[in-house]
Amino acid sequence: MTPHRPVGVPILRLGDVLVTGLLNELDDRAAIAFTEELTARISAEGARGVLIDISRLEIIDSFVARTLMELTTVSRLLGARVIVAGMRPPVAITLVELGIELVGVETALNPEQGLAALGWRQAQEPLGGSRRGAAR
Amino acid sequence: MAPHGESTVASWPPPTHRAGDGGTGAPVTHQVRTEEDLLTVRHAVRAATVDAGFGIVDQTRVVTAASELARNAYVHGGGGTLTIEQVRGPAGRGLRLTVKDDGPGIADLDTALTDGFTTGAGLGHGLGGARRLMDEFTVHTGAGQGTVVVASRWTVR
Repeated sequence: MTPHRPVGVPILRLGDVLVTGLLNELDDRAAIAFTEELTARISAEGARGVLIDISRLEIIDSFVARTLMELTTVSRLLGARVIVAGMRPPVAITLVELGIELVGVETALNPEQGLAALGWRQAQEPLGGSRRGAAR
Repeated sequence: MAPHGESTVASWPPPTHRAGDGGTGAPVTHQVRTEEDLLTVRHAVRAATVDAGFGIVDQTRVVTAASELARNAYVHGGGGTLTIEQVRGPAGRGLRLTVKDDGPGIADLDTALTDGFTTGAGLGHGLGGARRLMDEFTVHTGAGQGTVVVASRWTVR
């Protein structure tokens, strides 16, 4: 509702999948605002999947982890499957040492694999089959 | 609690300390009073880990621990300070973080260090998790006494 410093990147729609991401500057208010915006978009556009790119996050502390888990749960309650993609390897190591497993959060190595898991496919022939590559 | 060398610096980047000189620049203290301060502190700790010569995984560990401790001071302690200090140990360089607040203190420290215990909006991994990410970790606290956490990590262990 209240516009605030952007924390998320814009939420794009590709078919029935929403694609977005998180930036380092996530704080409480921003996390709440982002959750509200994302859930409103899921509902309004009937999204079945959400891809959240986190490759820009230099750290994930327990606050950001909690935000990711809540985003995933709220989205699932609305019928959308969330995939979090692009976690940096040092972040993964640190999360495990922190004792946080992000239970219930599906992950992918990168956005491309995340989109594939959500039903998107790369165009088979880059030159010929131009219109393919869209989701089911 | 003793007001030793109150070199309060609220701006970033902090005064440069020379890399490679043994790494004993003066401690730099940052305020932790607002959400913006949490970000400022993270950037400052990140820069200090780079100066100290930590690799990328250790940088991430130390910055994550600093973020947990600073957030604790902000949320539970009503705000506080985080001091960054380049230190030199027997085996090499390191970084010491001192996080202070004048909040209500922690009545039961053992419980607070237990995974899954939370009184706030986190996951309850903050204090115990930060301890695992650092090599040395001490907490001075008690009901009504505020909290001081001193945490260090060495580049060579």
